Amino acid sequence: MLCPRVRLRRQPCTLERSIGMKIWEVFRQEKKGQAFAHAGSVEAPDAAFAEAWAREQYGRRGESEALWLVPREALREVRDFPDEFDLKYRRVDGYSLKVRLKEARERAGTAAARAG
Amino acid sequence: MRAPLLLELADDELVVGWRDSEWTGIAPTLEEDVAFSSIAQNEIGHARAAYELAARELGTTADELAFDRTPDDYRCAPLVELRLLEWAHAIARRWLYEQADHLRIETLMESDDAELAGLARKIDREEAYHRMHAELWAERLRDEWRFRDAVDELWPYALGMLPEALRPRLCERVGRGMTDTQGFERGSHTQELTELWDEMTSVRRTAPGAQW
Repeated sequence: MLCPRVRLRRQPCTLERSIGMKIWEVFRQEKKGQAFAHAGSVEAPDAAFAEAWAREQYGRRGESEALWLVPREALREVRDFPDEFDLKYRRVDGYSLKVRLKEARERAGTAAARAG
Repeated sequence: MRAPLLLELADDELVVGWRDSEWTGIAPTLEEDVAFSSIAQNEIGHARAAYELAARELGTTADELAFDRTPDDYRCAPLVELRLLEWAHAIARRWLYEQADHLRIETLMESDDAELAGLARKIDREEAYHRMHAELWAERLRDEWRFRDAVDELWPYALGMLPEALRPRLCERVGRGMTDTQGFERGSHTQELTELWDEMTSVRRTAPGAQW
């Protein structure tokens, strides 16, 4: 007869002991046509396990149309964007568009009145 | 007369879902914990659907079928009753269960009974991913002695899940010869079912007839 052994703790298994676990970043598409957004990650020994686990963790509530799984090591992270000389005209907030628009409208209004 | 068949299916799914959910919080990795628990919930969902179909025929409700029968009335196979709090055994059962369940579901999908076939198709849509999960583990642990021992130990129980006619196909699937192994047959129960039943129905029995 079978004698179940009761051990109420996480048990180390072959998976953790001998196989290199990798982090897979999970990107989730909520509805068809929408952009994929980063949702989190799973730690898994290979792509197949990553899929099986991500499927349950990020799809079991019907919250996903599709997932992208990317090994973290495949991502190239880019940082540090110096802007030492305050070239604010390259930013969308570089000009006060509001004032310029007002001036342009006034000019156009005047021009229209002259034509009439 | 499809109720007995539906009850076998529903009782198996309910009890295996219950047993597997005992791993919530203690599975080998966090990811597996979430996946194993989610699969257990799916199985209980399949049980509900099958109970509902059976309940219509028997003039009762899914809850009454799930919780108001005595342990002896359950039609589940002894395989699902075992309390397996050791991972090699738990994953070996999950794998053997999916193999046997697949053969049963395939048979039901071919049924002339459109409702039964429809239910089987819906269940199979989810089971496909349960099988994928179980296969991954079986493949990975194939050479691990603890897993092999567990499969050997559980094999007679797995045979007992299926009618005689389907057993040769189960042997083929799991790569075992058809021996004169005596199965642990459906209809007999382990003491572990009584303990499970006691816990599973404890809340409901505190207020008989209440609407939840």
